[in-house]
Amino acid sequence: MDAIKVFADWLVYFVAGMGSGSASADVVDFFVYDVIKIFLLLAVMIFAVSYIRTYITPEKARLYLGKRTGIQYHLLASLLGVVTPFCSCSSVPIFMGFVGAGVPLGVTFSFLITSPMVNEAAIAVLFGLLGWQATLIYVISGVIVGTVGGYIIGKLKLEHLVEEFVFEPQAPLLSEQAELSRKKRFDFAGDETKDIIRRVAPYIVVGVAAGALFHGYAPEGIMASYAGKDNIFAVPIAVGIGVPLYSNVMGLIPIAESLIDKGLPVGTALAFLMSVTALSFPEMIILKKVLKTKLIAIFAGIVAVGIVITGYVFNMIL
Amino acid sequence: MKIEILGTGCAKCEKMKKIVIMAVDALNLDAEIVAVNDVGELIKRGILSTPTLIIDGKVESRGRLLSIGKTKKLLSAYVEKEGLQ
Repeated sequence: MDAIKVFADWLVYFVAGMGSGSASADVVDFFVYDVIKIFLLLAVMIFAVSYIRTYITPEKARLYLGKRTGIQYHLLASLLGVVTPFCSCSSVPIFMGFVGAGVPLGVTFSFLITSPMVNEAAIAVLFGLLGWQATLIYVISGVIVGTVGGYIIGKLKLEHLVEEFVFEPQAPLLSEQAELSRKKRFDFAGDETKDIIRRVAPYIVVGVAAGALFHGYAPEGIMASYAGKDNIFAVPIAVGIGVPLYSNVMGLIPIAESLIDKGLPVGTALAFLMSVTALSFPEMIILKKVLKTKLIAIFAGIVAVGIVITGYVFNMIL
Repeated sequence: MKIEILGTGCAKCEKMKKIVIMAVDALNLDAEIVAVNDVGELIKRGILSTPTLIIDGKVESRGRLLSIGKTKKLLSAYVEKEGLQ
């Protein structure tokens, strides 16, 4: 990271000739440094996880999970969710495919809750901006909220709130693609890395720019005075803002980082980021095809409460 | 050959369909292109991730939006492998 810092300093202060110490030069320096660092981390992380992903598809995840119940299978579902991302338009087929094949409802939810929350791109950006402790906390909380949230939904026995056609018997899985060669796996990981970076790049650039401006110009401690640890409503308000928000979290992480720098507690910031990724209006509307509104509300409620609790816990221990 | 694009009608799936049409045109292939946007049908076939590309009943790409370049490559590889045209 130090080499990147030296490079960014050289680029801004020497090549571009901006005067060191001026607010505008520091904002630009900050921006250049963060952008380079984040894109390097993204490339490494996405490539590694995409390679792993050539072994694990949602179809395989379903086979691993089977019809078993028990908290360990909620944990497994949640972990499979980390390495198996899906776009929100796949949530209905995944839900139907899992539940219809006999994967218990609660275990399916463990998968569905964690998957959007924890993914390699978010991990890379969090690590680059907030360091490994906050990243670890984020990942572990995401897995715990998914595991426990799904477990509770399972215990509540809500199968009657799922549309009946979901339980209709299904044909077995279509045979998997032929075993991939190592070269194919590398190709896939390379393509995936390019695709994902191209897709998230605009959000990251805008987010880092906004964060850098906030760093440079917002008064010190401004967040601490409004949303500090002594404001007990800060965490639920942050989650309340985050839940309906449908946004690319990549752009919000740099903004969250600058808010932390100005005194926003880390737990509150992480709770906000989790709530943005875990739940969104479009996803809930899509899920209405297979779930009754009551179950969607219960699912959203459990996830939101889980995130608020993790926010408080981390504000307490950090 | 018959190319099926299995999806949910979402933006990515629609884009995949357009790309397949463009690729088939560019390669001048004689292909029937069908978009399957019925989730029930997906489930019946054991497909969970969208968009998925099925050529003559075989899954050729699963859960990804392919670029036009990749799609062309995939199609020409298929044609060559099967000795079509």
